[in-house]
Amino acid sequence: MLEDQSNVKAWFYLLPALILLGIFIFYPIVNAVFLVFVDNYNYQTGTYDGFTLLDNFRYVLSDNNFRMAMLNTMLITFVSVPLSVIIALLISVWLNAIKRMQGFFQTVFFLPYVTNAIAIGMAFAFMFNRRYGLINWFIGLFGIEPVNWVGMGASWGNAMIALIIYITWLTLAFKILVFLSGLQGIDKQYYEAARVDSASKSRVFLKITVPLLSPMIMYITVTSFIGAFKTYTEVIGMFGERLGPPGNDRAMITVVALVYRALDRSGVPGALSEAAAASLILFAITLVFTFINMQVSKKRVHY
Amino acid sequence: MEITLENLTKVFQSKKEEETVAVDNLDITIPSGKLFGLLGPSGCGKSTTLYMISGLLRPTTGKIWFGNEDVTPVPPEERGIGLVFQNYALYPHMTVRQNIMFPLENVKMDKQEGLEKAQEIADLVGIGHLMNRKPKQLSGGQQQRVAIARALVKSPRVLLLDEPLSNLDARLRLQTREEIKRIQRETGITTIFVTHDQEEAMSISDEIVVLREGVTQQVGVPQKVYDNPNNLFVAKFLGTPPINVFDGRVENGKLYIGDADIANYDAPDQEVTIGIRPEGFKIVERSSFKVDVDLVETIGRDTTLIIPHPNDETQSFRAIVDSEYGVQPGDKLKFNVKPSKIHVFNKETGELV
Repeated sequence: MLEDQSNVKAWFYLLPALILLGIFIFYPIVNAVFLVFVDNYNYQTGTYDGFTLLDNFRYVLSDNNFRMAMLNTMLITFVSVPLSVIIALLISVWLNAIKRMQGFFQTVFFLPYVTNAIAIGMAFAFMFNRRYGLINWFIGLFGIEPVNWVGMGASWGNAMIALIIYITWLTLAFKILVFLSGLQGIDKQYYEAARVDSASKSRVFLKITVPLLSPMIMYITVTSFIGAFKTYTEVIGMFGERLGPPGNDRAMITVVALVYRALDRSGVPGALSEAAAASLILFAITLVFTFINMQVSKKRVHY
Repeated sequence: MEITLENLTKVFQSKKEEETVAVDNLDITIPSGKLFGLLGPSGCGKSTTLYMISGLLRPTTGKIWFGNEDVTPVPPEERGIGLVFQNYALYPHMTVRQNIMFPLENVKMDKQEGLEKAQEIADLVGIGHLMNRKPKQLSGGQQQRVAIARALVKSPRVLLLDEPLSNLDARLRLQTREEIKRIQRETGITTIFVTHDQEEAMSISDEIVVLREGVTQQVGVPQKVYDNPNNLFVAKFLGTPPINVFDGRVENGKLYIGDADIANYDAPDQEVTIGIRPEGFKIVERSSFKVDVDLVETIGRDTTLIIPHPNDETQSFRAIVDSEYGVQPGDKLKFNVKPSKIHVFNKETGELV
């Protein structure tokens, strides 16, 4: 009896949150799934020409913009995530080892996290400026000719390198924060024991630090993969709504950018269904990779 | 290999520039192939001394010799020591085998040879059947043995143990201390261990040093230190139940507590502090040392008598007598004191008179 009562009470307390979740999360998801399976959906009138099982998927998969978006998204994800995890790990270990100026460097590395991705995106774009940018000046010191990274008619490859560097740098901050707090939680005696046992620095890192930090590394890897699959703001920050260098529009389009672009064409019948199909495909990919990550973690993570 | 500590001093400096002398001018020679105990209350500098021998701490001044080699500037990884931490510091993500193999892999020993060596050492400490377990799946005593095996596997010149028994329960502690003694005998390795437990130190050490606030109080074979303490601190620190302390005096070659004549004692007339071990009392027919028994605790063959303290009625002292006497609470007894169990100290300095 008592259980029944407390159950009612619990549901009552949950109600405000459930209503909000229902309106803003569950309804849009259901609606997105619905959109995928209707033909020629008209946003203004809410009408459609019957149901279809695969037409919207088929259309999206044959769309060149979607193919480009998929390629870019995968490239960004599988290069920037491992790169930033490894760099963040090395920086955290280094930060944890130094005594002087630790607070200062911690602040410096954390700054990207508290700044606006659009604003620093513009700053980064300028750093990659052909004539005045810091990057070309720097490689110029080694006698390398200025590269057209993000300027008029810049190639897809150059723009992608610049974008990945920017995303990697931007996502370092949070990773360093998590790794550093993880490192500070590791008992110093493990390191003293390893020292007495004549372990080299690289062995201490690989055999002690990484395994003991593995729960954090796993957490960061999973959330970073999910975040990277949804890359959008960084592209806007660096390239604006053209989604690419001037004269090479949409070269840096990502799946989420493609979905948002569909909103501009919402008057065109079927445009929203394409967006829904693209987002469901992305959702499926994210799900698969998270599942793979979890499976790997069962073997590799030591809690 | 003999270890010599020469004028070893460690001063810790806090952020506010306050200096704490943890170890003060220590001069000890630790004999080769023996089990040596660093004994003292917490904060006496015993662990600091151990960590200086390991090389993890650098001495402020002084030198450490391993045989004829001055190892003071040598980093821990090159000293050839095995160290067992108080909480063992076993790598939680590695199996017992991987833990024991770790030091061997560091020196790039051949894998097959390493596996054999690890198994051999694990068998020696009695955990050979647990090689595939993780530390979490082991009891405290088993973890302790893994830690000892990991320290021994690379055949160190010295084995260092930091409070090896403090994390174990009473029964396991007894068992493990025998085990440590056995392992030390079988390997013949010079072993230094730290403890605040005098019973532990006395039961397994070949030699002990008693430290107080970083200063050596006494070095020697445990029983000799117990029988002939240099000062009141050592006398009080060793023995359970602890030594009884009385205010007394030397007068005309005799030792008195109040009016009771305890023994003959050859020293100038003076006020003194008298220490008498609980087992130093004998019940006799005629003596001027008269007591009223307050409480009686009989444990096996010994009876502990709790008796009001002659200097202060609110305090009490303990005497251990044979249970055959059948002493009852409220009995009036007369005591003789065994001269070898009496220790007379200077009232101010606590030094032996």
